[in-house]
Amino acid sequence: MNRLRRTLRAIVHGSGLRRISPPERVPAGTVVLAARGLGRSYGSRTVLDDVSIDVRTGEVLALVGPNGAGKSTLLSILTGDSTPDRGEVTVLGRPLADWSPAELALRRAVLPQNFAVSFPFDAVDVVHMGRAPWAAVDEAEDDDRVVVEAMAATEVTALADRKFPSLSGGEKARVMLARVLAQQTQVVLLDEPTAALDIRHQESVLRIARERAARGDAVVVVLHDLALAAAYADQVAVLSEGRIAAYGPPAEVFTAKLLSDVYSYEVEIVSHPRTGVPLVLPVR
Amino acid sequence: MTLRTDREHRAPAPPAEGAPDGSRVRRATALRGTVLLLVLAAGLVVTALAAAGVGAYPVPPLEVLGSVLRGLGLGGGEALDPLTDEVLWNVRFPRVVLAAIVGASLALAGAMMQGIFGNPLAEPGVIGVSSGATVGAVLVIALGASALGYWTVIAAAFASGMITTVLVYTLSRSGGRAEVVTLLLTGIAVNAVAGALIGSATYFSEDAELRSITNWQMGSLAAATWSKVVAALPFAAAGIAAAPFFARRLDLLALGESPARHLGVDVERMRQALIVVIAMLTSSAVAFAGIISFVGLVVPHMVRMVAGPGHRVLLPASVLGGALVLVAADLLARVAAAPQEVPLGIITALIGGPFFFWLLYRTRARQGGWA
Repeated sequence: MNRLRRTLRAIVHGSGLRRISPPERVPAGTVVLAARGLGRSYGSRTVLDDVSIDVRTGEVLALVGPNGAGKSTLLSILTGDSTPDRGEVTVLGRPLADWSPAELALRRAVLPQNFAVSFPFDAVDVVHMGRAPWAAVDEAEDDDRVVVEAMAATEVTALADRKFPSLSGGEKARVMLARVLAQQTQVVLLDEPTAALDIRHQESVLRIARERAARGDAVVVVLHDLALAAAYADQVAVLSEGRIAAYGPPAEVFTAKLLSDVYSYEVEIVSHPRTGVPLVLPVR
Repeated sequence: MTLRTDREHRAPAPPAEGAPDGSRVRRATALRGTVLLLVLAAGLVVTALAAAGVGAYPVPPLEVLGSVLRGLGLGGGEALDPLTDEVLWNVRFPRVVLAAIVGASLALAGAMMQGIFGNPLAEPGVIGVSSGATVGAVLVIALGASALGYWTVIAAAFASGMITTVLVYTLSRSGGRAEVVTLLLTGIAVNAVAGALIGSATYFSEDAELRSITNWQMGSLAAATWSKVVAALPFAAAGIAAAPFFARRLDLLALGESPARHLGVDVERMRQALIVVIAMLTSSAVAFAGIISFVGLVVPHMVRMVAGPGHRVLLPASVLGGALVLVAADLLARVAAAPQEVPLGIITALIGGPFFFWLLYRTRARQGGWA
């Protein structure tokens, strides 16, 4: 009966009759997303040059760097939104292009930087869209329950019946994050998820990222705030002029010299008196 | 007094156990959708019966119903006099049925088009697809080509409608979305070129062709016959049958092209398939009834206002609503200046134009623009 219902729903939801088996979760520490020698040029300007990255399950990887360093380009290549001129991206060892959108959507979720919704959907409907890839999967969890949890995690439960276009920037960002969480993928790519948020919600977003990593997911997050990256990321990739200037745990990577060079601005690093987390401060 | 105090002291109701906020919201939306579909279906039946009864030779609604039931072999009581049956079955019924088919096609095409353009203003008439289809038809009429008999005109309308749809779609999108301004300007450009082609065909035409061409441009169902109904039905039926396959994916497309892809939608393939469906619906509507504007715009808009933007209700409700609106408009076209007939396209434009403006104004006031 339940199976019949799912089949009917799969037809109506547009994924057709083809059943998809649920994706297997890979153990923590596995490289799930890898980039090798990525290069990208617009005309004569090289935006990315020989960038290689390994994204492992159980880790939060932060991409940081000054404006125009290539963070967005790198992320759009990692998501498959644009194709590199050189190099290759693999997901679970398979080239990105070999995955069908439906298969990929069960394994990897993307939070875009801009969120416009063309029609006035209720916020809860937008979050439910995150469940779309699971419509064709047999042993999927209960959609309503997953959505309720995701909305609770990003504190948007009270916005459920509000029209998405009428929400504030920060509310939209959190509803979209709930949508990404509801997708229940092992790989999550977040493009500047904290940009529109106040301190409380910035912290809560990165705490969610940490929790996902602790449960064995891989999280890639583009950040502007170096303090957030230092506090929450396991690995940091510092991009500068299309290259990776440094790659490793924040405590090793964040040195005054490197960051001053990369940002072309004098910064100093202070250890937090209580937690010992490196604090990056511009010299004023 | 008591009321006010009550309200002031009432704490926000905590979500009941097992019935979280979000699911309740969605259930309420789904209920509204179901009610809307039922109301529209009932409204369509009543309007169709009324439309079949009204005219120079009036037939009471119950007799119309009886005649329909008898025709379908479902009883329906005593036979009417032969003249009544003749009027109903040879003149009124094909016209009402064709109106319903054309209205359903246009509204469904409008709803789908708004979905893939990600823009609530997209409509076959506004963006020039209707006039593009008309160009094909008019050129064939003017040149007197008849390689496929009566179907030549329809095939030509279909082909040029298809070409125009693809053209507009390619020209007006950037970054996966059609901006309002680009879309409307593309529509103006396409309509201008189509208008020039139609104009020159008109200019060089003889009287008989001229009347035929004018009929196309103003839109009319006066020439409805069962054979046209039979010819138009497969296109509408195919479009309606395709709709459920696209509903959820159109919802996802509202997030934008990349987000939809990241949710498992093969955007490119879906878009190509939908373009064909839309071109087919629009072109067949134009082929059998000429240019009838605003149905594809106003109907989906009204449905969204009542039942929200979810395509699982929007698409079927647009089918029913479009049929209802066009059957009613055609009734108006017949009785407004009886015994003369007003062209149907003029009725829909006269009512639809101001309505469109009101929608624009309302939406702009509420959302601060279309962006």
